[in-house]
Amino acid sequence: MLELLRQPWSWYVAGALIGLTVPALLLLGNKSFGISANLRHACAACFPANIKFFQYDWKKEAWNLFFVGGILVGAIIATQFLSTPEPVKVSPALLSELKTYGIQDHDKLLPREIFSFPALFTLRGFVMLVVGGFLVGFGTRYAGGCTSGHAIMGISNLQVPSMIATASFMVGGFIMANLILPFILKL
Amino acid sequence: MGVLNKFQSAPVKEVSLPDTDYEVRTLDTICVNESAVQHKWYDNLKYAFVGIIFGIAFTKAEVISWFRIQEMFRLQSFHMYGVIGTAIAVAMISVWLIKRYKLKTIDGEPVRFHPKKFNKGQIIGGLIFGFGWAMTGACPGPLFAQIGAGFFVVAVVLASAIAGTWVYGYLREKLPH
Repeated sequence: MLELLRQPWSWYVAGALIGLTVPALLLLGNKSFGISANLRHACAACFPANIKFFQYDWKKEAWNLFFVGGILVGAIIATQFLSTPEPVKVSPALLSELKTYGIQDHDKLLPREIFSFPALFTLRGFVMLVVGGFLVGFGTRYAGGCTSGHAIMGISNLQVPSMIATASFMVGGFIMANLILPFILKL
Repeated sequence: MGVLNKFQSAPVKEVSLPDTDYEVRTLDTICVNESAVQHKWYDNLKYAFVGIIFGIAFTKAEVISWFRIQEMFRLQSFHMYGVIGTAIAVAMISVWLIKRYKLKTIDGEPVRFHPKKFNKGQIIGGLIFGFGWAMTGACPGPLFAQIGAGFFVVAVVLASAIAGTWVYGYLREKLPH
């Protein structure tokens, strides 16, 4: 059993567990699934700066901070106790493309040529991590939610705005990955 | 921090706006999750437990992997479409069942759903988030999981995402919605 858990999980097992988070949160305490709101709570708690958008009682939304704390712990458990030392399987087409940018490491889930502290201090690493992170935070809040709040919670509740938002996420991702990222990765 | 302080001291222009507080709340689903039942802080641990299961599933299915996200946006793998598709299907059936049988929470409250209203932000912000998603290989949830998986540099990405959220809040009234 443990051996089975250690292998990478198939998409339908993980997809079902992620989907079940929605009824679990609703039935445990009427919480609508959504993760990006945490970033807003962090602003409201630490630097509200008289901005109306951050004037609310973030403590009432503390459940969400416990939830992401759980995600972090879950990732530690999965990495420490439920993993194999084998490299991550990556599509050959992607591997050969990445090789042209000098990215060869696929031992773990993220390539260390981009996701490491030495890489952070290169132009490419800075753009990927700092600018990329900024776009994630700015974009999700502007869109009113991220993949969890819109794509999973919103669409499962048949919300048209969430379908529009999800389509926009995908369009943005396709544009970045295919048209812009090749230039950034060459930096 | 220096940047934030500069923003703080900038004179805030008085803009007369209609009372948008209600709108703000419906747009951003803030404080919609309030329960009439009062809970102790440790009651929140149940959400941490759900988060742990969720984080394990995230990590083991490699949803938090930069490679899987690149493959998704290059149509080189079905994996992510399978994960997101299954998650939506399971969630949709669950929501339907909760509505159909008018299920109550464990505290006996009726389950409430919150309709979302369309605004241009879902398109503009959605595109911006899509750019960031393809760069970092992470939505806000996987950011936390990547840190837990031992990629401590992602804490910088998270801090930058919080800064992005703050700048949005600062510019909010000037942005098209």
